Amino acid sequence: MSLTTPLTRNVRDDRRPTDMAAYEANGGYQGLRAALAQSPEDCLQVLKDSNLRGRGGAGFPTGMKWSFVPMGDKCSPGHKYLICNADEMEPGTFKDRLLLECDPHQLIEGMIVSAYTLQADVAYIFIRAEYHQATRLLQEAIAACHEKGYLGQDILGTGYQLEMHVHSSAGRYICGEETALISSLEGKRANPRAKPPFPQVSGLWGRPTIVNNVETLCNVHHIIERGAEWFKSLGLTEDAGTKLYGVSGRVKNPGCWELPMGTPVRQIIEEYAGGMEDGYNLKGFLPGGGSTDFLTEEHLDLAMDYDTIGKAGSRMGTGTMIILDDKTCPVGFVKNLVAFFARESCGFCTPCRDGLPWSAQVLDDIQNGRGQEEDMDTLARQVKFIGAIGNTHCALAPGAMEPLQSAMKYFPEAFENHLSGNCPHCNGGTH
Amino acid sequence: MPTIRIDGVEYEMEAGKNLLESCLSLGLDLPYFCWHPAMGSVGACRQCAVVQYLTDEDEQSGRGRIVMGCMTPVTDGAIFSLDGDRAKGFRESVVESLMLNHPHDCPVCAEGGECHLQDMTVMVGHRDRVYRGQKNTHRNQYLGPLINHEMNRCITCYRCTRYYKDYAGGTDLAALASHDHVYFGRHQEGVLESEFAGNLVEVCPTGVFTDKTLVNDYTRKWDLQSAPSVCTGCAVGCNTVPGERYGRLKRVHNRFNAEVNGYFLCDRGRFGANFVNNDERLESPGLRNQTGSYDPVDHHHALQVMAEACSGARVAGIGSPRASVEANYLLRNLVGEDNFSPGFNDREHKLVNLALELQQASSAVTPDIRSIESADVILILGEDLTNTAPRLALALRQSVRNKAFEMAADLRLESWQDAAVRNLAQDQLSPLFIAATGSTRLADVAEENITLAPQNIARLGAAVAASISGHAGEDLEPEIAGHVEAISTALRAAKRPLIISGTSCGNAEVMQTAADVAEALCQSGQQTMLTLTVPEANSLGQAMLAGPDSPSLGKLAADGNFDVLVILENDLYHRAPEPEVERLLATADTVIVLDGLDNRTTSAASLVLPAASFAETEGTLVSLEGRAQRHYPVFAPKGERRPAWVWLLACSKELGLSTAADLHHFDDITRDCAANIADLAGITGAAPDHHFRNAGVKIPRQPHRYSGRTAMRADISVHEPKQPVDEESPLAFTMEGLNRSQPGSLLPFVWAPGWNSNQSLHRFQSEVGGPLRGGTAGMRLLGPGQAKESGPRENPPAFSPTQGQWQLVPRYRIFGSEELSALSLGVAELCEDGYIEIRADDALGLEVGEGDGLNLNDGLATLEVKINNSIAAGCIGYAAGHSGTANLTPGENISLQKAQGWKRRRPQLIGSDRSTEIGSGND
Repeated sequence: MSLTTPLTRNVRDDRRPTDMAAYEANGGYQGLRAALAQSPEDCLQVLKDSNLRGRGGAGFPTGMKWSFVPMGDKCSPGHKYLICNADEMEPGTFKDRLLLECDPHQLIEGMIVSAYTLQADVAYIFIRAEYHQATRLLQEAIAACHEKGYLGQDILGTGYQLEMHVHSSAGRYICGEETALISSLEGKRANPRAKPPFPQVSGLWGRPTIVNNVETLCNVHHIIERGAEWFKSLGLTEDAGTKLYGVSGRVKNPGCWELPMGTPVRQIIEEYAGGMEDGYNLKGFLPGGGSTDFLTEEHLDLAMDYDTIGKAGSRMGTGTMIILDDKTCPVGFVKNLVAFFARESCGFCTPCRDGLPWSAQVLDDIQNGRGQEEDMDTLARQVKFIGAIGNTHCALAPGAMEPLQSAMKYFPEAFENHLSGNCPHCNGGTH
Repeated sequence: MPTIRIDGVEYEMEAGKNLLESCLSLGLDLPYFCWHPAMGSVGACRQCAVVQYLTDEDEQSGRGRIVMGCMTPVTDGAIFSLDGDRAKGFRESVVESLMLNHPHDCPVCAEGGECHLQDMTVMVGHRDRVYRGQKNTHRNQYLGPLINHEMNRCITCYRCTRYYKDYAGGTDLAALASHDHVYFGRHQEGVLESEFAGNLVEVCPTGVFTDKTLVNDYTRKWDLQSAPSVCTGCAVGCNTVPGERYGRLKRVHNRFNAEVNGYFLCDRGRFGANFVNNDERLESPGLRNQTGSYDPVDHHHALQVMAEACSGARVAGIGSPRASVEANYLLRNLVGEDNFSPGFNDREHKLVNLALELQQASSAVTPDIRSIESADVILILGEDLTNTAPRLALALRQSVRNKAFEMAADLRLESWQDAAVRNLAQDQLSPLFIAATGSTRLADVAEENITLAPQNIARLGAAVAASISGHAGEDLEPEIAGHVEAISTALRAAKRPLIISGTSCGNAEVMQTAADVAEALCQSGQQTMLTLTVPEANSLGQAMLAGPDSPSLGKLAADGNFDVLVILENDLYHRAPEPEVERLLATADTVIVLDGLDNRTTSAASLVLPAASFAETEGTLVSLEGRAQRHYPVFAPKGERRPAWVWLLACSKELGLSTAADLHHFDDITRDCAANIADLAGITGAAPDHHFRNAGVKIPRQPHRYSGRTAMRADISVHEPKQPVDEESPLAFTMEGLNRSQPGSLLPFVWAPGWNSNQSLHRFQSEVGGPLRGGTAGMRLLGPGQAKESGPRENPPAFSPTQGQWQLVPRYRIFGSEELSALSLGVAELCEDGYIEIRADDALGLEVGEGDGLNLNDGLATLEVKINNSIAAGCIGYAAGHSGTANLTPGENISLQKAQGWKRRRPQLIGSDRSTEIGSGND
């Protein structure tokens, strides 16, 4: 029987971590052996064929991203780096945590195979500081890999060498942006960098670098071991593989599940999350974290994949939905998010640094009965000013504007109710 | 050349530039904040946004995307909109955002009237405030006596830290905190450490960093009278714009010179000119009476006294390397060539003349600063440039980045992509080797820092020269031998090697071997640069004027049997050992001193003539690169003060000297000097003469908006006095005239419609960052020379320490080592009294610690001890130019004794506080 939930196959019901013995017993490190038996070029080709797309939120094809890394003679002498982005801080997102805490070896195997494919000699796991349990597990797992010869000077006698380090982040949302992550890892302010040059040619310490999300890297050795066709067969739509989907909010059974890519939203919410809590109705949902546009009931039958959700005007993002119910005020909901992003701005570029706090303040005024008619114009102007990629230095501020602009589109009455002092959720709009 | 289209108009643009700088070069108004022509682009402020269209159809339908001008390379066929509603609306939103937290304190802000933020706000048209919230506020920090900090005004453009840390190598100013709480300051209050911190005043686009000496004696830019000037703080010859009001020098700003200082000055230059306002300035001529005090006399009387004294007498003249070529030339004519001393002490005399001779005889090029920035391998022998020729040190911090630019070029990354280039290269630098008597302020960017006694620095230089020429070196001391290979290998591989040495370590052999290294590189076919620093603003000009055979101060004292000694702007007690000065002054019956400030030498005079400062007179100075540059009076000298050249010309005429018969104007002196002194033949080219008119009119020293000319004297009289007439230059002491398109040497201030701040400079440049439209100021007097044939030179003898003796090596400080700047407000606070630097092991042996006193040679001097383990073994450093050190001679061997009865200036430190030592070397 072919494997249909590769990412969570070692996740135990009690959520205890899988150790080296258990991991190996369940076929662990076979992907590594399969990879080492091939050339890095072949591995990359398999990956390209698999149509694996980045699971951090942007959905960029991983094989294509990696193909920009200079290989062989084209690469100047020196280190090449692979970085795992485990700085999971997207509001409502907890999928990487599951992988990190339940199956640390899976990530490490995925990273070794990825590093081999890229011929990187140093790998970092840049992990959210609050994930201290995962940090400890990863450190133990890395030590175990050294004992087994999966990491170190001469991996499984092939001559390939790789060192792996775990770096605990200082705790800023922006560290999840790959270039800000690199700045942070270098000990600098966690400011994103302008591209080009892309990290593939000038990343960590100015050297070729690949940064990928935990979930992305966890897929890599499975693909190398089982082939691109197997991976593509897992998805229900064009997008390949499985995906960790999550649901939070007032549903009966909030959680995180590995499902075929492209599982319909309704199925995820109603079947896996158990539907809305009694007495609550779905008003809208953010499909993939705090920085994605609201979708509403009309979108429930869409497939959760990058392209489908993208065409509906939002982003699949991390695939972890936040549900807005009909008893919660959308204005407060959005204000909370915008205030979060305003606080997490690195402060580098003007629209984000000064624009987001203003938006948050206007929303706060509206929420608390101090709003004025022209505030809606201000918000609309801010959305236009901050909300487009390219207007700002990185994607944080445009992401922050997504829930706001979509809330203004789908729930205009919520704002009007507040401005007229009649919000049914907020004590008449003046709480 | 790429052709691009902006709002339907096609422009040809230079390839490799970004859109912002290209637009500014074309005279298009595109606002910006974070970009700086010398620092490149990072895309932080988002102010220079334009709309880019990919196709013609996109342009017609208005379907383009916002891009940042500063981050967008100009590529052929690109289509942009600057003036479309979307681009304009975006830019207005940026200013609106910046103004959310910016205080409405323009009326009381020192930046007001020359504020880039004001200009840009007006340019984008933002006017009405929509934001109802509170403004963020910050606490300000004390950053020292020179720079004021007002963080509330910050618009978070990051220019300050990019300049201070990235460009100037400072470590104590940073961006702190994040989101809209970003704070630019130090980790705690304290004096900014960088010697180039003052540029923050001009780099900051608004009023966060302002000139504290200006703030405390404030005048708006539009009320300042300014003139093109040249810094007198050292020999680099940075171009400056001092501003004046009410007869007081208010501030000094940078005057752009593409080949010299570019956009930046050092803090000695910016803050060290305030001595012009010093209370010790002489007001009127003084005649010593019987009681020994001075009777003020008017200038007629004073001239008569001087002429009578000189008439028929044996007169000797002592010139000065801080006085202009013209004043020195007149004095030389007045006393005769044989009786004219350039005013150097003996060692200085030898060294400065050698520096000139070596450069004239070298096949290597004497580079300007812009060329220095292009060097890819640098060897410094014996200089702490940050403290002796500071602006060169700032240039070298750019030179070492050439490695980064090479790496960027390999990736086809534009050099203006500042953050990207820095991220790519990280800490990889072009090689810089420094051999000095102790650690220097460039140590952090040097590949090797080598600490040696001066003799051994010379031996290192000789060994490198020999290695490059392929001669087998003799056996060298291990401390030297270990470095020769790395240095000579790097130099041989260099495309643009640069060798730097100079007079400051007081050793002729060091300079000589530096020239040998340069020569060896030239012989091996490499394009080599050689820079030799000299001490003062006109040291080189003085050597050119007087030559090596003229008498030094010591020689004059030894030869001397004169009736009259005329001393020009030279405090001998500051320059030479006291006994020698006493001997010199005793050779003459009458001592006449022309100087600006009261000092020990003026106090020894029988007649004192008050000389105008550099800010009140015209003059030509020859910088260390042999560039003759003209400075102009910023304001007319007050009362009985006269420029030295005026005193000397009047006296010459009074005496009926034939040499002075045809001299009427300042220009006549310049011309006469050029005609008679071969080395100075080029000085007439330094600036146009006084007949020059800019489109038929003079060039105003006052901006259009100069106000209150009547009001400023209204308490005395409501009648506006006639403005002084400047008969000596094309500049006028008025608002009338044309400040545009004039020769580069005649730019008194920068201003353009809509551009009130110093950012208006680009309107005076041929292109952004390029030379001034009117040409680069100054005339180079040194060309590549013809090397004299010479065989391998004998290796200088090694340094051999004597038990109980230490060799004196001069150590310099940007604040304190130069005489006049140390008398400036603010700078004076940062100057220390004289001290000596000694290694901890030596101090231990002498039973002294930091802050104790040491006697040198049983009473030659008594100075405070500073522990500095980086000083070469067997040497002690002394604070050159500081009080109490004039009697000390570089290279002298002296004994040391603990000073009894020494009173500590600071409380005794406990042992663990000893880490306050200077330098980082270990024993």
